[in-house]
Amino acid sequence: MSRNDFKKSVKRISFVTLFLALCFGMASSANAQSTPLDIVSDDERSLPVFDFEGLKPMLAFRNDTTYVINFWATWCAPCVKELPYFEELNRSTAENGKALRVILVSLDFPRQLQSRLLPFLKDRDITSTVVVLDDPDANSWIDQVDPSWSGAIPGTLIYRGERREFREQSFSRDELFQLVNTFME
Amino acid sequence: MQRSFFVFALIFIFSAVLATAGGYNIGDKATDFRLMNVDGESVSLSDYTDAKGFVIIFTCNHCPYSVLYEDRKNALDAKFKPMGFPVIAINPNDPELEPRDSFEEMQKRAKEKRFTFPYLFDEGQTIYPQYGATRTPHVFVLERVGTEHIVRYIGAIDNNHKDGDAATERYVEDAVHALLAGNKPPVATTKAIGCTIKTKKK
Repeated sequence: MSRNDFKKSVKRISFVTLFLALCFGMASSANAQSTPLDIVSDDERSLPVFDFEGLKPMLAFRNDTTYVINFWATWCAPCVKELPYFEELNRSTAENGKALRVILVSLDFPRQLQSRLLPFLKDRDITSTVVVLDDPDANSWIDQVDPSWSGAIPGTLIYRGERREFREQSFSRDELFQLVNTFME
Repeated sequence: MQRSFFVFALIFIFSAVLATAGGYNIGDKATDFRLMNVDGESVSLSDYTDAKGFVIIFTCNHCPYSVLYEDRKNALDAKFKPMGFPVIAINPNDPELEPRDSFEEMQKRAKEKRFTFPYLFDEGQTIYPQYGATRTPHVFVLERVGTEHIVRYIGAIDNNHKDGDAATERYVEDAVHALLAGNKPPVATTKAIGCTIKTKKK
């Protein structure tokens, strides 16, 4: 292993640690830590790949943070179009120290994670947490995200504690910010 | 008195609109249509005088989930057309919003993939909202009863988009087999991930 490779793998490990810390550390009441099915990495980030059971704890953290969970894919044009608004939301949160987390749940196909998803995230300098959901039996889990979801993407779950809203739609910037703001009051 | 009648009428009209806005439920009568096929001929359910029912699939060219199911659509047609349940595919997307779903591109794709079934264009997007299709692919299995077509199954083709051979549930096949045997489908509605239908209408 060259020195450079060693550096890279240290960086990767620290990204995974950082991710897990972000995801589960903040959720003090989340009891189970999900083990990813797989982890895909480039020199910038590592993405955990979950089945629905692994993703599930992220849809029901019980704390005072507002979670914005966006189901998307790089091949979905309306998803890509609204992505900058989610990014803006995430960045504004980081600046203002708001109790809000954006989690982008990618439904990209496993064979395209390395070739397409990671380069996409790098090109666009995505700072939100990204996880991959790989669970083909969608009929078994779509209703668990929200019964009103038909399965079309983009779809977005926003929740804080017991209050949950799901939208099967593309957001304009204003629509997204207005809806999220109703959770922040 | 007059006023309360007016309010009642309003509520009635409003709830009727709400009830139809969501599309069909199991047991509803499905509308027939006459839409242009990729071969230039128009197709209607009424053209199929011997059919016992139909596998209507709202699908398109561009959506990766639709593409993953292309071979399975041909397989369904090959299996069930001889038994009286032909596949009819309908592209519901507005090509101005998704140029890969234009009529010309549909013709190309149908040829490349040797679709054995009609691949129709929902010109003016009048049919998919009546059915209540929300994504591609989205399947409606209809049973012919007299001159009517009753919705018996709504949802996914099977439970594994990545690999049909790995699917443990084949919802459409099971539904058609049940109907052929004179029974109701064992699973009447399912959900699946898919692409939104591209429309300028809200």
